[in-house]
Amino acid sequence: MNAADLPLWVQWLVALLALAGASVALLGSWGVVRLKTYYERVHAPAIIATMGCWLVMWASVVFYSATGDGPALYTLLIAIFIAVTVPISTIFLMRAALFRDRRAHRDVPPSMSGNKSTRTPPHKQSAATADPS
Amino acid sequence: MTGSLAAPLNWALPGAMLLLVLAMLLTLVRLLRGPTAQDRVLALDGMYLNGMLLMLVLAMHYQSNVYFEAALLIALFGCVGTTAMAKFLLRGEVIE
Repeated sequence: MNAADLPLWVQWLVALLALAGASVALLGSWGVVRLKTYYERVHAPAIIATMGCWLVMWASVVFYSATGDGPALYTLLIAIFIAVTVPISTIFLMRAALFRDRRAHRDVPPSMSGNKSTRTPPHKQSAATADPS
Repeated sequence: MTGSLAAPLNWALPGAMLLLVLAMLLTLVRLLRGPTAQDRVLALDGMYLNGMLLMLVLAMHYQSNVYFEAALLIALFGCVGTTAMAKFLLRGEVIE
């Protein structure tokens, strides 16, 4: 079925969902540029991954369900995948930033599990303990 | 005016694409300007999310499933790329 043949309320629903999702994505990207410190900026892409992603995804689900034969839920696959992976990569990025800031002796909270910034790597530790004897 | 109200998808989907391209340009500003390496990785993270949404809107506009598969691949490899770069910043190498 062609997009122009869809019922008008479906077209308006898809249009509003897509525009809202794109606006939320623009808002999140603006936050990446505008916020002052890194630890504020790291939260800004989360709004793209949650609200922006899900709004565009629902627009896509409504559109393909209306143009195709039955419910087209396969676009939800991307949203679920993003919802699973983005927190993991954000936590990795956060830990890397904290590690680098501790190494540069910037004003960040100390590590809860020992002082990682001065800890020697495991393969050098045995050599260091064996050295004084 | 009646034409734009009767066929909202004709202007709404290109409008959404315009907003997403502006969003990508904003993250590009942070990517080029960002004072530290983790800022640049963060900007790239936001950029692949925006690019993925752009692919989905393009799929609706052209009614083609090829863009959907591209969006799936961007989602897949964007996550892997961000994690690999974060690991590199953390340890100095990706696979130990």
